[in-house]
Amino acid sequence: MKAPAFEYVRPRTLDEALSRLAEDDGAMPVSGGQSLLVLMGLRFAMAGTLVDISRLPELNRVSETQERVFLGAATTHARIEDGKVPDPSLGLMPRVANKIAYRAVRNLGTIGGSMALADSAADWPACLIALDADLVIAGPSGERREKAETFVRGPYETGLAPGELIVGIDIPRRKAARWGTYKVNRKSGAFADSMAVVVDSSSDGPARIALTGTSSHARLLRHASAWAEQNRAPDPAALRDAVIADLEEADPSADAYRIRCHIATVTRALAEARA
Amino acid sequence: MTTISFRLNGREMTRTVDPRQSLADLLRETLNLTGTHLGCEHGACGACTVEVDGMPVRSCIVLSAMCDGRSVETIEGTRADETMNIIRRHFREKHALQCGFCTPGMLMMARDIIRRHTRPDESVIRAELSGQICRCTGYMGIVAAIQAAALEINA
Repeated sequence: MKAPAFEYVRPRTLDEALSRLAEDDGAMPVSGGQSLLVLMGLRFAMAGTLVDISRLPELNRVSETQERVFLGAATTHARIEDGKVPDPSLGLMPRVANKIAYRAVRNLGTIGGSMALADSAADWPACLIALDADLVIAGPSGERREKAETFVRGPYETGLAPGELIVGIDIPRRKAARWGTYKVNRKSGAFADSMAVVVDSSSDGPARIALTGTSSHARLLRHASAWAEQNRAPDPAALRDAVIADLEEADPSADAYRIRCHIATVTRALAEARA
Repeated sequence: MTTISFRLNGREMTRTVDPRQSLADLLRETLNLTGTHLGCEHGACGACTVEVDGMPVRSCIVLSAMCDGRSVETIEGTRADETMNIIRRHFREKHALQCGFCTPGMLMMARDIIRRHTRPDESVIRAELSGQICRCTGYMGIVAAIQAAALEINA
């Protein structure tokens, strides 16, 4: 598992990194490299130059207000797991972080990298969609924001244009919402066969249920979210119907096993939120 | 080629490396530190676990170039570590290795688990070890050794 030859640069500033990415089509950003270096070793991914963005101050910035928390894109899963950065989610994000891969991977892998890769079974896209987070993106023409919900578009497909970088994630702070999450995988640390994240209806806002582990990308489940918004009493059959309606869009090629997984993860995540 | 300066097992050094070279290959091929084992070479088996800046990482999916300015500790660097010697003794007493291929990675991870969880129970140890693969499947002994070592270290 050796990647083909490439160049490696580590710019000191965000501007330098952006111009490097803009002027070189073969340049790719890398932070923890915990997915990218594997994909390059397997020769699924190629880069002429790796631009190491892991130490850029802008991507390591963390800030918080009463209403929101900003986590720089280079924030590692382990720092979120350990509560080393502010948590806007009343414990949801540390719990999700704890279930990503293995500790040695979480020590280097980053939240920005997970979003930029947009693996169809990745944890952060579903979590950040459920939390209604924004991505802060820098590019040659300045800074812009995009909702997590529209940012992930397909397997390994995102709203990032060539030359753009995720600077960080801006997450609204939850003050009242209860949450639940459930993941089905073959062994702890493996990618999910299905994973649901529920941020329940509260004074913070309406219920949001997101699903990952589909054949495409993480999605907000509109029918299931609307059902949870309107119904407090448990009704497994009605919730099941709502999830199946969502899967027509979210995972149309799901086989019987996968459909059962999705129904189970949404049902259990919602039950946890309401326990 | 790119030049890096880093601390390896307490010693400062400077090396010129190929950007695509992994930390594992730098350790094994260039520096002859073959205690770090390479199993899968794609981040799945945990055999190559070393510490960078005091955190376990998989050296097969870390570039040497990324270690510029960092501090790296391999299994060879733990010979005088009192904690690791206690863990090693329990690995021996609990028969926590058969062929020994996974053992350097297991030891590096075991020390981190005990550091973070103080006195972990069996389920915590099993969850934390799920990224370290032992193909002799001697997990019973490994889990028992870590549990016993934690109790002695954090008595």
